[in-house]
Amino acid sequence: MTTDPFDPLLIAIAAPLAVALAIGLGLPKRWSVRLAYLGFATPFLMALHVWWHYSAVPKVHGYAFLTEHATGLSGVGITLELGVNGIAMPLFVLAGLVGFAAGLCAIRSGAERLKVYLMLLLVMLSGLMGTFASVNLFFFYFFHELALIPTFIMVGVWGGRDRVYAAMKMTIYLTAGAMLSLLGLIAIYVKSGARRFDMIALRDILAAHPLASGSQAHIFGLLLFGFGILVALWPMHTWAPLGYGAAPTSTAMLHAGVLKKFGLYGLIQIALPLLPAGALPWGHLLAGLAVFGNIVVVGLITLAQRDVKQMIGYSSVMHMGYAFLGIACGTALGVGGVVLLMVAHGLSVALLFLLSTNIWQRTRTLDMDEMGGLARQAPILAAFFTAATFASIGLPGFANFWGEFTIFVAAWKFSHCLTVFAVLGIVLSAVYGLRAAARIFFGEPSVAFARAAGDQPPTDLSWTERLPALILLGALLFVGFWPQSISQSIQGVLQTGIYRTH
Amino acid sequence: MDLSALQNIAAGNDWGAIWPEISLGCLALALLILEIVLPRKSHGRIPALAIAGQVAILVVLGLTFCGGGPDREIFNGLLRHSTGGQVMRVFFLVSSIFACVLGQVTLARQTAPRVEFNTIILTVSAALMLLVQSNHFLMLFVSLETVTVGFYILVSYFRTSSLTLEAGLKYLIMGALSSGLLLFGIALLYGVAGNRLLPGHTAESLRYGPLAAFLAANPHNYVASIGIVLVLSGIAFKIGAFPFQIWIPDVYQGAPTPVTALLAVASKGAGFVVLLTLVRTVLAPYAWLVVPALSGMAAATILFGNLAALTQHNVKRLIGLSGVSHAGFLLMGVVAAASTPLAVGAVYFYLFAYLLASFAVFGVMAHLAGANDADQETSDYAGLAKDNPFLGAVLAVGLGSLAGIPPLAGFVGKFLVFVAAFRAGLYGLLAVAIAGVVISIYYYFGWIKAAYFAPDSPPAGDRPARTPVGLAAKLMLGGFALASVILGLYQGPIGRWLAW
Repeated sequence: MTTDPFDPLLIAIAAPLAVALAIGLGLPKRWSVRLAYLGFATPFLMALHVWWHYSAVPKVHGYAFLTEHATGLSGVGITLELGVNGIAMPLFVLAGLVGFAAGLCAIRSGAERLKVYLMLLLVMLSGLMGTFASVNLFFFYFFHELALIPTFIMVGVWGGRDRVYAAMKMTIYLTAGAMLSLLGLIAIYVKSGARRFDMIALRDILAAHPLASGSQAHIFGLLLFGFGILVALWPMHTWAPLGYGAAPTSTAMLHAGVLKKFGLYGLIQIALPLLPAGALPWGHLLAGLAVFGNIVVVGLITLAQRDVKQMIGYSSVMHMGYAFLGIACGTALGVGGVVLLMVAHGLSVALLFLLSTNIWQRTRTLDMDEMGGLARQAPILAAFFTAATFASIGLPGFANFWGEFTIFVAAWKFSHCLTVFAVLGIVLSAVYGLRAAARIFFGEPSVAFARAAGDQPPTDLSWTERLPALILLGALLFVGFWPQSISQSIQGVLQTGIYRTH
Repeated sequence: MDLSALQNIAAGNDWGAIWPEISLGCLALALLILEIVLPRKSHGRIPALAIAGQVAILVVLGLTFCGGGPDREIFNGLLRHSTGGQVMRVFFLVSSIFACVLGQVTLARQTAPRVEFNTIILTVSAALMLLVQSNHFLMLFVSLETVTVGFYILVSYFRTSSLTLEAGLKYLIMGALSSGLLLFGIALLYGVAGNRLLPGHTAESLRYGPLAAFLAANPHNYVASIGIVLVLSGIAFKIGAFPFQIWIPDVYQGAPTPVTALLAVASKGAGFVVLLTLVRTVLAPYAWLVVPALSGMAAATILFGNLAALTQHNVKRLIGLSGVSHAGFLLMGVVAAASTPLAVGAVYFYLFAYLLASFAVFGVMAHLAGANDADQETSDYAGLAKDNPFLGAVLAVGLGSLAGIPPLAGFVGKFLVFVAAFRAGLYGLLAVAIAGVVISIYYYFGWIKAAYFAPDSPPAGDRPARTPVGLAAKLMLGGFALASVILGLYQGPIGRWLAW
């Protein structure tokens, strides 16, 4: 345990929460907005601090910045334990980056009842930072729910078309998923006989006394479907495109970009290392669902989308298929690829949602059939969108490439046939991605759009709009050209031998 | 019986240990006397006096709280003085204070008498305190009847409303039936435990200790089993567990809102503490019978409560049925408590979380109800968040906590009960509980949706006028909401007291 009074993880969680509280207590609007900048920037800076110092600080049980605070449930093995290991660190940084970008976007959004909106977003950010910084599984789940509840409210109140229906559907699906995974987590805790509900204690006790493979398989199934619903595993994915289509931009960025990774993170950090024998019987089912469901079926559905946000929503469901494929392999290589892909996808999907709103502000429509030729008026927006699309497809130079590439290598050992289909999925994703960019930005403007744009020609991205996009795109390129910046820490965990090597 | 025996009995009477009950009784009598003595125009102040008196008792109770000491039997085994009992006193006092405060709001719109409402609530509260401390079936029955008779009056308090009268009649019939069942069960246990042909027979077969010893010596006695099932049925009526829940929606709808609150929280809480005590002490040798019976009951209660609540639009019926489902979750905790000590603390925590959340919701309901107290629809809540952000926020916290959403206390309660149930190996029940939680999200969400997502408030003519929130109500409701949040984040001393 570190005794340093400067605890970046706790600050990253507490700062947005404190700002949200201050706004909730009736701060005037001007000050609320100023303070909100601080609330969004602090986790960002803390995330950078954690990333910069990660390799240098001493690790306790494999976790850096480990601290513990009693909250009154110590008797049942629950304390607020914060720390990041090599897998949590990249996601913690991702949450800080996307949170900052989403916050900037929200502050500039001019939403109705802006104070409440910012407050909810700050609570959500606090939950996100906490999720990936928690070592204790109670708080891991707790912070996830803390981030999830504001999502429902934001979709229901500030959302677009079908917002109430979308909010309701998301709530029910995600509650079901969360409850199943909670049951799985409790099952591990109780069955292991550990005295503490944290990853370190569980890892140690289960390494010494593994559970019977039958009960491992049962618990793994609970976690797989619980987390699977949360990550939109086919066929339990229908909440995702609907919800993202309706969600306000910043919410969609944070949910699709970061919060959804909770499920994958749980599978990687908890299910695979703690229940190694339980993962084996589920591997083929998971891989099949991921490739034929998420990648092929949802990929084809994505092709048919006309609405930009729906398309991004479906494409994010599709890309989760690659992540599931990596988990299905269950090997250290596959897991490493998934972590890279999680970071890359989080950045790229958040960027796409951000840009889609910028497009909407200029065209007042999200229907791609009614757009065209926007690149002439907004070349920088076009450049950003095209770059984001390239990243999302997985072209080299962007972070996504490393994630997908590693997963394919791992999957090739697992099953040749599935890998072929998965790689073919890339073609699908190139078709819909490039076609969307072409339809929105190039070609001739549609009659309706030309008429609307004639009165008030759309402008290009202003600097305040560029800043969040630049942060996300910059991070994508940074990791794309220098993957060691995060893969080194991931490798530190993978080399401890808690994942299979073949 | 010679003098020394009487002296021994008198020496066992530890009057000091039940001072809160005595003070409540005296306060109730004082209110009645004041009503006679004071001129009519100053009667309006009497309820405030009742509230002040209870707050004073609560403060003294808090100051003199002595936790951790060993349990001891007082009044020659009629009562058991324990930490749990002291904590439940706080539970019931908070309930009765709340009911009195809410009574001020609700009674202001009615013509019913003001003072005796408070008197009865105080009496009921004192009886509830005795009920959870009883260590003897006689004590249990007498205090239970005091509670029930008080509720007969309270439920039908608005005598001019036909729905209220219907509720009163239903509660009377059902209450009498359940008391009959309970009494029959007690009589069977008393009879069989006094049978000199059986091993371990005892003359004191109504006291928990000797009765438990007898049951342990005869773990498969036929008559005792019937007696136990009847006792459980009698209690199941009080807590509204399936299949004895039929009275709940009608009675909850017809009863005045403060009474509904008291019925839903205090009466149910007492029922669970009694059940917990019985399951862990007297009925422990009959776990082979009690555990499957209560498990089945819990599963059916969770499913029934949640499914029936799905289609409700009247919020009083809705909260009643949601209360049925909570009874199911609590029953799961009680079942787990038969084998897992952790579950006892979990049930207590759940009860407190349920109290905070339910009272927050009931408080909002009382302020939104019109002259017709029985007719409160979810559509009346449209635009609440915009018109009155305070009530909107309290409602959201209350419903969120009932739904078991972090960071609210209800989540920690559910979590602890789930962990306890897992330790006890109740996998089937857990599966049902998970399904129940997911279903419950739908109707809680529907209610929040009405308050938050509905675009605009219906025109004032279409819904009852909302009562402005007074200071006492504001303090209490704000306190409940805040406590729900704090207890969800930091359990601190309570967590330590529950001592897992």
